[in-house]
Amino acid sequence: MIAAPAARRLSAILPQLVLAPSLVATFIYVFVFCGWTIFISLSDSSLLPDYSFAGFHHYAELWANRRWNIAYTNLFVFGTLYVVGATAIGLALAILIDQRIRAEALWRTIYLYPLAVSFVVTGTVWRWILSPATGIESIVHHLGWMGFRFDWIVQRDFAIYTVVITGIWQASGFVMALFLAGLRSVDQDLVKAAQIDGAGMARIYRKIILPGIGPIFIAVLVVLLQFAIKTFDLVYALTGGGPGVSTTVPAIYVYDLMFQRGQMAEGAAAAIMILAALSLVLVPYTVWVNWHRRHGEAHG
Amino acid sequence: MAEALRYDPLGPSGTWHRQRARLLVYGLLTLFALYYLLPLVVVILNSFRDLPDISRAGLIGLPSSFSLSYWPIAWSKFCVGGTCAGIAPFFFNSVAMAVPATIISTAIGAVNGYVLSKWRFPGSELLFGFMTLGVFMPGQMVLLPWAVVLGWLKLTNTTAGLVLIHCVQGLSFTTLFCRNYYVNIPDDLIKAARIDGAGFWRIFRKIVLPLSPPILIVTVIWQFTNIWNEFLFAVIFSSGTHQPITAALIALSAGGTSVHQYNVESAAVLIAAAPPLLIYLFGGRYFLRGLTQGALK
Repeated sequence: MIAAPAARRLSAILPQLVLAPSLVATFIYVFVFCGWTIFISLSDSSLLPDYSFAGFHHYAELWANRRWNIAYTNLFVFGTLYVVGATAIGLALAILIDQRIRAEALWRTIYLYPLAVSFVVTGTVWRWILSPATGIESIVHHLGWMGFRFDWIVQRDFAIYTVVITGIWQASGFVMALFLAGLRSVDQDLVKAAQIDGAGMARIYRKIILPGIGPIFIAVLVVLLQFAIKTFDLVYALTGGGPGVSTTVPAIYVYDLMFQRGQMAEGAAAAIMILAALSLVLVPYTVWVNWHRRHGEAHG
Repeated sequence: MAEALRYDPLGPSGTWHRQRARLLVYGLLTLFALYYLLPLVVVILNSFRDLPDISRAGLIGLPSSFSLSYWPIAWSKFCVGGTCAGIAPFFFNSVAMAVPATIISTAIGAVNGYVLSKWRFPGSELLFGFMTLGVFMPGQMVLLPWAVVLGWLKLTNTTAGLVLIHCVQGLSFTTLFCRNYYVNIPDDLIKAARIDGAGFWRIFRKIVLPLSPPILIVTVIWQFTNIWNEFLFAVIFSSGTHQPITAALIALSAGGTSVHQYNVESAAVLIAAAPPLLIYLFGGRYFLRGLTQGALK
């Protein structure tokens, strides 16, 4: 059973060989493409890429742009309400489901299905529901209350809140699932001991269960912030960024600059801002997770 | 009263108190369920109503008409952006995109995960960390490079181009999923097989693959659902008759040239949602597992 040396050498590095194409693809995808976009942001590319160095002035233009201003303001408003709302509803649902209810699987299925379906689909339906002519406002009118108004989706100052409503609708079931897993992992003996001591359920949740799932709060926060920063389909399908430009978010603006207006360099600069915002969330989280893990290991 | 003996988180107080609390729990759950189900119910009901009924009573309202005719129209007759062949061609575009991309990315991910967990070499942990970076890349960062690369490869506006994009983008996820699963296969099993003279591929086929169904199901569901639902790449890198269903659906429902045919559009929306929705209903457990791993890393 003596294989030819060449064949043996080949089989010794077979694992690396098998992995190589994926590594190359990922390297290109992560580093080359990233660098490429950074380079375009520093060039004068407009309709077509142009690789002459032009400095940072597209970043300056971006930050001076009124629409970019709207986009990141919207992201702050949307992101804050979305994270707070989805966390609150998700936690409430998890606590409700944790009360030994009947047909638990059925309830969970109902709350989680929005995440399985594309935002293009659900955004379209929500647009119908929220439009005053076809949706909630019209049904209330039909019921006889003619003075009722619910036309946020066509109001510049309120349309972003319809994005919040829909966003929370989509994500809170997922938040529920994460919290539920956490609630189930809390030591039941602790809970029983507290009960024997006469503590009420509200107090037990506040003092024992919720502090016990602290890490899950942070994970939920990170996931939701990530979703918020990347939000694109939702806004595109629900409002198309309108009325006017009032619900523009960064991801929509990037798309617009790059592919609708032919301002590639500025679009690339905006894309890098999205990457920066994501890093701002993910880098501290990764560091924290690793620290936590090592810390946990050190203490046994 | 076996019920009373069981531990009840709602507290030890009397039956009356407890029943009131129960009522509150179920009341709140129902209220939330209505909020979640509203869009689904609305779109299902409207796919069977005629237009006069919809315009009279609004989209939210109990139907006073019923017809099955809007589904076939949505499937094969409705006009989307100039062509009047219904949503079917776009549905098949999505199938032709999502199926190969799912299979390829899952297969490569499984082999990668196998190497990174069972054939570790100096630096392989670092390479694994590096591969997971792709999970976090926002789509916006890669749009322009992909546009250029697809042009070079002559894959602009083709399904093959979208398959390529989704394979490369999905690699990070599939590798991550599989590696984290294979790590739990005992190394002794692999060692024993190596002593018996089994090689790289043989161990993979005979030991690792038979243990893989759970993670392969999670990965396939995750990839398929994501690729099917994906919109950013779909709308940018395809147009006209080459569009996947998500992009076509926007063209259909946003193209406000004439009066909205809400019933046909509702049917089209449901057709577009059907594959991931059915997968979710039948494989919800696996769907959730993928979601948790994919989002939390």
